[in-house]
Amino acid sequence: MPKVKVDGVELEVPAGATVLQACELAGKEIPRFCYHERLSIAGNCRMCLVEVKPGPPKPQASCALPASEGQEIRTDSEMVKKAREGVMEFLLINHPLDCPICDQGGECDLQDQSVAYGRGASRYHENKRAVTEKYMGPLIKTTMTRCIHCTRCVRFSEEVAGVDEIGALYRGETMQISTYLEKAAAHELSANVIDLCPVGALTSRPYAFEARPWELKKTLSIDVSDAIGSNIRLDSRGREVMRALPRVNDDVNEEWLSDRGRYMVDGLTRRRLDKPWLRRDGKLVAATWAEAFAAVAKINPGSSVAVIAGDLVDCETMFAAKKLAGALGSSLLEGRQTGLAYDASNLAAVNFNSTLAGIEDADAVLIVGSMIRDEAPLLNTRLRKAVKKGAKVFIVGPQWDPTYPATFLGDDLAVLGNLPAEVSDAFGTAQKPAIIIGGAALGKGALGAGLAFAEQFILVREGWNGFNVVHMAASRMGGLMLGYAQTGGIADLVAAKPKMVISLGADEVDFTKFAGSMIVHIGHHGDKAAHAADVILPAAAFSEKDGTYVNTEGRVQYAEKAVFAPGDAREDWTILRAMADALGVSVGFDSFEQLRAAMVAEVPALGVEGLADYGSLPAAPAGAKAEGVIAGYPIRDRYLTNAIARSSPTLQRCSAELLHGESFAEAAE
Amino acid sequence: MADRFIEPDSPELRARWGGFEWTAENAEKAKQIVARYPAGRQRSAVMPLLDLAQRQVGAELNTQGWLPIPVMEYIAKYLDMPVIRVVEVATFYTMYNIAPIGRFHVQVCGTTPCMLRGSDDILAACKGKGLKKGHTTADGMFTLTEVECMGNCASAPMVQINDDNYEDLTAADMERILDELAAGKQPKTGTQLPGRYTVEPAGALSNLTAMVDANHDYRGEW
Repeated sequence: MPKVKVDGVELEVPAGATVLQACELAGKEIPRFCYHERLSIAGNCRMCLVEVKPGPPKPQASCALPASEGQEIRTDSEMVKKAREGVMEFLLINHPLDCPICDQGGECDLQDQSVAYGRGASRYHENKRAVTEKYMGPLIKTTMTRCIHCTRCVRFSEEVAGVDEIGALYRGETMQISTYLEKAAAHELSANVIDLCPVGALTSRPYAFEARPWELKKTLSIDVSDAIGSNIRLDSRGREVMRALPRVNDDVNEEWLSDRGRYMVDGLTRRRLDKPWLRRDGKLVAATWAEAFAAVAKINPGSSVAVIAGDLVDCETMFAAKKLAGALGSSLLEGRQTGLAYDASNLAAVNFNSTLAGIEDADAVLIVGSMIRDEAPLLNTRLRKAVKKGAKVFIVGPQWDPTYPATFLGDDLAVLGNLPAEVSDAFGTAQKPAIIIGGAALGKGALGAGLAFAEQFILVREGWNGFNVVHMAASRMGGLMLGYAQTGGIADLVAAKPKMVISLGADEVDFTKFAGSMIVHIGHHGDKAAHAADVILPAAAFSEKDGTYVNTEGRVQYAEKAVFAPGDAREDWTILRAMADALGVSVGFDSFEQLRAAMVAEVPALGVEGLADYGSLPAAPAGAKAEGVIAGYPIRDRYLTNAIARSSPTLQRCSAELLHGESFAEAAE
Repeated sequence: MADRFIEPDSPELRARWGGFEWTAENAEKAKQIVARYPAGRQRSAVMPLLDLAQRQVGAELNTQGWLPIPVMEYIAKYLDMPVIRVVEVATFYTMYNIAPIGRFHVQVCGTTPCMLRGSDDILAACKGKGLKKGHTTADGMFTLTEVECMGNCASAPMVQINDDNYEDLTAADMERILDELAAGKQPKTGTQLPGRYTVEPAGALSNLTAMVDANHDYRGEW
């Protein structure tokens, strides 16, 4: 723990800290472009210059200088000020003065820092460099003349995403950032370079010229595109969500966001159900709310009701629907739309117990039936970090590219009962061994075998729980906590032949099996369920209501309402409350606060932000054995996994261009 | 320095170079080069291998050789590394030609010492022979580039043509060298001054005269 002096104030910094970090600990702001906490140190922008004694009598780049005992650091001296002014002047030599037409304007590091640390006027009269635009795919818009060569994007692609596709070509003044042969950046985290870019060289293509940062209302929300529960900020203007940006949460998403989560919001204004619809003579006809509720009342299902929760709904909606079904005398609740029927009696057995941050410390990981890059992109970055620290990764299931070295053990789940020596050796000696069970394995009934594996290698030990299940739906853990699970899965609902099926945005269900039921769809997008529905009640998307979400590690998080639902659409809980009136029952709440209070009273864990405690792992069922071949992974198209994403023109184009190889002609500009 | 840009990827380029492979002799050399580095660090061999590939391409085309995109991809695959990293290296170092080039790559040094010693005349002589900066002559014989310091300031002005240096040039020397090369002869390399061997002082020694015959300690005389 070296002691250093920053601007005359002595403080102790952690061993291995850099001078920049020491200055930050002392509360000093150090301007920087290339340095980023989560990337390797490049030291090429030279903006973070400080004066350090002892050392050569010249300014030093603080980001790449280790703090050592007895250093005297000055961040406020005349030399530092002049040095930074000089660096800024050099950076601005080739940077165009096009802030008024630049999308980064207002949230640009270069803009802010030139105001704070620049000279104020230019002395440069020569010609500026111009660089041709580089095509980087449907998400990233490039204006490479603005590039200041910080190489953050290059380092992100290589280190975090694990996809070497962006590089710095040529040298010196003619250096250019480009993808190989200007191919589209095609991995699942590509758009994060937009946030990383400190200038306007890489900006968001779909968001180009849409809004200025200062006219946007910022709402804290949770990403529902997967079960990671990434913390996001929704930027909205008027009644439209303009964009989603990641928020920093080291426990969940660090500061990244998957492309799917980022560009899903473009689908929020399209294909919306903005008025009630009724099926008359086989055709959907627009109706009023009164007509819709009259139709619901006419179904008069008695206690023959089933509720299917979709992947995107919040806990409050599911709880309200549960209360409604309960008031009608039914407990047929299910959220696993595609027919999964794993045992959910003990939630510890279906939780990601290592936690997302914790899995980084694992030293041996067995992934069973999960294509993690598609199913939980930000979990893959964690596993990548674990592998960098020396973890060994084994995967059961069809081949995919994990971006880190991993051993594939074949598609046959039977391998769990007959592990190769390599695997048992690795797990036998590992300090923090972990298993990750994905949807494809759950579908084959491998949960029991996973638990047996956990017992065999003692995955639960002092200070470590290595048993993990990774879900794909934002609503899954919340749904399971609220009892949205039947022993036989959705087959139980089919067998009960309910008179009325309430679909809470359940767009992945095969409704042909419910041919004899009246289907009441409470959803926000005209997607698959709407085609099967008899009554459509337009509801709010995740951005249009307050809600509680539980991610795959059992972390309870709250999202806030950013905008109002369009047209006649209402928040889900109000619809369910009104349905209760139409059906002549009482659900016991009249306001959102009462609803939430009732929910917390029933499931106290939902009232506390943070990790829910599910108790200890159950014993493996006797004779649990995994068999069967994993033929494929559940996600076929990583961009179009839910109703909102399917409506997003951006993700439709991503899917067409990046996954299906369609080419889009560049519009001449 | 002239702008260098990668030759764009095209179906013709793919057709011509898509099947690039080491010749038997170069395959052996490549193996030796990779073996110089520890196992798992094979990508350290990217620079010598790019050079080897450039020479092989050169031998095939009877030019100095260059690196078409498919050849860079071949190297990337050979070393099991991302192509973009190979392209980064190839575009950074100017001794890798990333666009087609002539039989002789005439690199005239134009940095201060050479300029003071008459590099302008050398360039003029080249121009007189029909060479144009950044271009290859119509017969494919010469490509002219003006470069920065090549480290031969003691024998300025100088020009580097493929693997050889020609130093202490005059415009007449330059013309003669180009003519000889065009005629398929090998001009004298190194200094062109009669009586000068390498970069020893031209003419008589002007200092350190006491050291000609034996070692002499000057320190006491300072």
